[in-house]
Amino acid sequence: MSIEPIGRRPRRVFNPTRIMIYCVLGVAAIYYLLPLYIMVMTSLKGMPEIRLGNIFSPPVEVTFEPWVKAWDTACTGLYCEGLKVGFWNSVKILIPSVVISIAIASVNGYALSFWRFRGAEVFFTILIFGSFIPYQVMLYPLVIITRELGIFGSITGIIMIHTIFGMPILTLLFRNYFASLPQELFKAARVDGAGFWGIFLKIMVPMSPPIFVVAIILQVTGIWNDFLFGVIFAGTKNFPMTVQLNNIVNSTQGVKEYNVNMAATILTGAVPLAIYFLSGKYFVRGIAAGAVKG
Amino acid sequence: MKSIEIKDLSLSFGDLKVLEQLNLDIFDGEFLVLLGASGCGKSTLLNCIAGLLDISEGQIFIKGNNVTWKEPKDRDIGMVFQSYALYPQMSVYGNLSFGLKNAGVPKAQIAERVARAAAILQIEPLLKRKPSELSGGQRQRVAIGRALVREVDVFLFDEPLSNLDAKLRAELRVEIKRLHQRLNNTMIYVTHDQIEALTLADRIAIMLGGSVQQLDTPHAIYNHPVNKYVAGFIGSPGMNFMKGALSGGDNPHFTIDGLNVDLSRYAFGEQGVQPTNSAWLGIRPEHVHVGKEADGLAFTHEVEVEVVEPMGADTLVWSQLANQEFRFRVGGQKTVTPGEKLIVGFDPISASVFDGHSELRL
Repeated sequence: MSIEPIGRRPRRVFNPTRIMIYCVLGVAAIYYLLPLYIMVMTSLKGMPEIRLGNIFSPPVEVTFEPWVKAWDTACTGLYCEGLKVGFWNSVKILIPSVVISIAIASVNGYALSFWRFRGAEVFFTILIFGSFIPYQVMLYPLVIITRELGIFGSITGIIMIHTIFGMPILTLLFRNYFASLPQELFKAARVDGAGFWGIFLKIMVPMSPPIFVVAIILQVTGIWNDFLFGVIFAGTKNFPMTVQLNNIVNSTQGVKEYNVNMAATILTGAVPLAIYFLSGKYFVRGIAAGAVKG
Repeated sequence: MKSIEIKDLSLSFGDLKVLEQLNLDIFDGEFLVLLGASGCGKSTLLNCIAGLLDISEGQIFIKGNNVTWKEPKDRDIGMVFQSYALYPQMSVYGNLSFGLKNAGVPKAQIAERVARAAAILQIEPLLKRKPSELSGGQRQRVAIGRALVREVDVFLFDEPLSNLDAKLRAELRVEIKRLHQRLNNTMIYVTHDQIEALTLADRIAIMLGGSVQQLDTPHAIYNHPVNKYVAGFIGSPGMNFMKGALSGGDNPHFTIDGLNVDLSRYAFGEQGVQPTNSAWLGIRPEHVHVGKEADGLAFTHEVEVEVVEPMGADTLVWSQLANQEFRFRVGGQKTVTPGEKLIVGFDPISASVFDGHSELRL
C-alpha cells in the first residue's frame, strides 16, 4: 500500500491573485483587440453602411469589395493599380536585404567573438554606437552618398540602406550568440585544420539555426514596416507597401473610403503579423537577445 | 631525443604577464604533467604549445622544427579538451574524420584510421551516434580518438577528466596511462588534480604565477620538494609546517618553541646548514608514526588528540605540537578518540626544511 498525503491535492484555480491577473489580462486584450475589431468590421461594410456611423456594429451586408479594391485598383498617387504593386516592391526589397544583411552580420559576429583582432573591441563599440544615432541625422549624407554611387532611387539603393542599418543590431545579436558557444569548440576545429570559413560554415552555422531564425524575424518585420527609408531611397516606382498604403489613406482627393483604407492597412500589416504568429517563441527570444549585454 | 623545446617563452595580455621566460624540454615518449592551481598559466602554456595563443616572446620547437608561428594544424599535435569540444551536429565518425578531411586524406585511408582509433578506444558501436547521445566518458573517449586519428607525435590534454565524476575519472585515468604505454608518444597533460599528476606522469612540472617551480619525477617532487609552495601543494592532506629556529654545526637542530628536533640524519642541500632564527620544518601526516612504531625515532613527543577524521583506509588526527597545528595519519582500523594522549614521532630523513624567508629547501 502506498502512503498518501492527507486528502486530495488542493486546487487553487480561483484564488484572488489569479482573478486579478486574468482581469488585467482581459482588459488589456480588449484594449488591443477593439481597434482590430473595428477595422475588420469596417472593411467588410459598404460605404452607405459606414456613413450610418455605427462603427461597433457588425456589417449588415458583408462585402469583400473593399479588399479587392485595396489590392487591385486603389489609387496610390498617380497610379490606380492598388497595393499589389507595393507588395511586390516590398518583397523585392525585403528578400535581398534580409539575406545580405544576415550573411554579413553573421560573419561579423563570428569574427568578433572568435577571431579577436587588435581593436576588435573598439570596432564593436563604434558599430554599436552607430545604433544610438537617430536615423534622421544620417539621411541627408546618405542621400548624397547614394546619389554619388548612382543608386539613389533604386532597389539596389534601398537594399544597401537596409543592409547598413541592420548591421549594428544583427552584429550584436550574432556576436552574443557566438560568444555563448564554447571557445574550446573553436580551438578543436583549429587543431583539426579548419580555417576561417571552414569553422564558420561547417561548425558554427550548423549550430546556430535559432539565432538565424531570430535574425530573420527581426529583419523581416523591421524592413517590412519601414516607411522612412522606403519613401526616401527607393524611388517612386519602387515604393514599398507601407509608402503606398500611406498614399491611399492620406489621399486628399475624393471621398474617404474608410472600408478600403481599413482593408489596405490590414493587408499591409498581414506579413509581420503572420511572422509574429508563426514564430512566437523565437520572436520573444529575439527581443531578449537584442536587449542583453553589449 | 627532445620532442618539445620551449625557449624563453613569455606571454602577456597587455600589462598582465601570464608566462615569464619559461624554459621547458620534453623528451620523446615522455608523459609530462603541468600541475598547478587555477590561474598559474598551465592551460595558457598548453595553448601556446598548440598554437592557439600567439606568444609574446620566445621560441617553441616540436621535433626540432621551429613552430613558433605555425598554425595549430601544422604542428603535428592532437589536443583533447576539458569540455570534450565535440562538434554537436556531426556523428562520432564525422567528429573523428573532420581533421583528416580538412587535411585532404583519401577517403579509404580516413575510414581505415578511424576504424583503428575506434578499436583502440572501444568506441566502434558508437560511430553512427551524435555526441548528445553519448555519456561523459564516451564523449571523452571520442575526443581522445579525434587526437588519435591524426597520428601525431604529441598529444596535448587540457584537464580532460575534470568534467567526469570520480569513478569514471579513475577509469579513464588508467586508460590514458595504458594508451601512453601502447602508443609511447609524447603527452603533455594539464591538470589541477595532484592524484592524476602523480599517477600518470613521468615528470611533473609544478607551476605558480607563470613559471615552473619544480620539474621532476613524481617521487622526487613528493619526497624532495624544492620549496614550501611545492611541499604544501603536493600531498593530501597537506604537509605540516612548523615555524622554528635552525642551529648549525655538525649536529644541526631544529627548535620549535623549546622543543628540539635532531636533524643530524637530514640530508641538507649543497649549501650546507646555515643557522637561522626563521625556518620551516615540514613533515607529511603519513610520515608521522604513532605509539610503538614511534619507538627509537629521532624525534618523539606526546600530543593530545583534538579532532578525528576517519577516511576509511586511514584516519586523520588533528592535534597541537608545541602550540602549532599538527596532523598525522593512523591506520583505519585503529580507534582514536578526542582527548586521548598519543606518543608521535618521525624520522627527520623524511622531513623537509625550508628557509623562513626564501622558503627554499635547505
